Amino acid sequence: MAKSPRITRRSFADYLLGTGLVALAGTVLYPLARYLIPPKVKEVAAGSVVAAKVGDLQPNSGKVFLFGSKPAILIHTGQGTYKAFTAVCTHLACTVQYRGDIGHIWCACHDGHYDTISGQVLAGPPPRPLAEFGVTVKGNDIVVTRTA
Amino acid sequence: MHLGGWLEDRLRWRAADAFLRHKAVPIVRHGYVYYFGGITLFLFVVQVVTGLLLLMYYKPTAEAAHDSIRFITSKVQFGWLVRSVHSWAANLMVFWVFAHMFGAFFVGAYRRPREVTWISGTLLLFITMTFGFTGYLLPWNTLAYFATKVGTEIVGAVPLVGHGLLVLLRGGEDVTEATLNRFFGIHVAILPLLTTMLLGFHLFLVQLHGMSRPESRGPARSVAFVPNFVLREALIWVIGLGVLATLAVLLPWPVGERADPLAPAPAGIRPEWYFVFMFQTLKLIPPHVLGIEGERLGILAFMLAALVLLAVPLLEHDDRKTRARRIALALGIFAVLYMAGMTIVGYLVP
Repeated sequence: MAKSPRITRRSFADYLLGTGLVALAGTVLYPLARYLIPPKVKEVAAGSVVAAKVGDLQPNSGKVFLFGSKPAILIHTGQGTYKAFTAVCTHLACTVQYRGDIGHIWCACHDGHYDTISGQVLAGPPPRPLAEFGVTVKGNDIVVTRTA
Repeated sequence: MHLGGWLEDRLRWRAADAFLRHKAVPIVRHGYVYYFGGITLFLFVVQVVTGLLLLMYYKPTAEAAHDSIRFITSKVQFGWLVRSVHSWAANLMVFWVFAHMFGAFFVGAYRRPREVTWISGTLLLFITMTFGFTGYLLPWNTLAYFATKVGTEIVGAVPLVGHGLLVLLRGGEDVTEATLNRFFGIHVAILPLLTTMLLGFHLFLVQLHGMSRPESRGPARSVAFVPNFVLREALIWVIGLGVLATLAVLLPWPVGERADPLAPAPAGIRPEWYFVFMFQTLKLIPPHVLGIEGERLGILAFMLAALVLLAVPLLEHDDRKTRARRIALALGIFAVLYMAGMTIVGYLVP
């Protein structure tokens, strides 16, 4: 005949102590884990920003400015027009720059090249083109706006 | 190869295991004082954990410090709890460090061969108070700002080196952001390092010598360290955690008003409660005593008291009821009454 499993006082006390300790560990660790999750900080969802004043930028040069919380780049092309793109490289998120000597946007981290007019990838590892922003000149201000 | 054997070859853990199995804690009258050190250790662990958590969001600049504490208490999930626990545990830790010190003092646990244990413990007490003093400023609120002004001014009254120390502590002539940066560095790097080393040494000595057994306190009975004492201590830690959580939740520690260096000091300003007995003493000393500035005299007296406290095991080292022992006991009782009395007076007198 098989022995029927018996609950002894000892095993019952052990069970209570064990579950109690697990519950205690849970009540301590749960707040700590939640604490480590960073609270959502409201992102400044800028729809438009004054990136520069007319005359700030020489033709064939660029300037990185803050659009919301991310960097963007304003380029005064050799033809005298203004273009604006996100300055976050689509490869590994370095900040890109405009190089007057080669006439297009360049990312120094892994030698990525982008076209100044369309933002398309010309060479290097970036998988996607840079997103473009709209540029309008209002009086003396060069205003960059989100297009999409 | 068997895991136990593999580890034994490398770590020699069986020696530690055997040591723990043979370790015993004496059963004596007033034996509860043996738990005070453990409670202090528990609160220190709480401080390390909550302190590391606060570091994730705290910003040590005059511009951002107060806002970052407000951010922690209002935006971060359970931030109010972590911050309140850190403040409450700090105060409780100071209390239990003193209780541990007086407990060890009154059972005479500082005698041969535990003199160095006493001295390291006294240094840990001073470090704990410095922890409190530097941590108090970090929220950059009005009370802390002026308490730091007064506290560092008192350091400045120390003869000869005072002004140099003041400039060193403040990072300049005034309490500014430089002071906040220094206190932050002291609070989160220098003191934890010193504490870890000294505390390790202190605990090592406690293991080396075992718990003291005063001959005057009953027959030689003892209780096994493992599991009996450890389980009792664990129970006390759980109760301690419960008390701490209850205090932190029901009486959340206030954040205070942001410090304004141009605003006048608010009325009723006083330091943290564990400095009140010194603060009150300095207030009561007349401006000039025997041609010496009263404040300077008070500071010299407290420095002397600190030295005496460090030197207790060298001044009194006989377990029999000698005159030195009676004087030591009388002084100890006087110290407790004086500190308690002055603290109460400090809170009652505006």
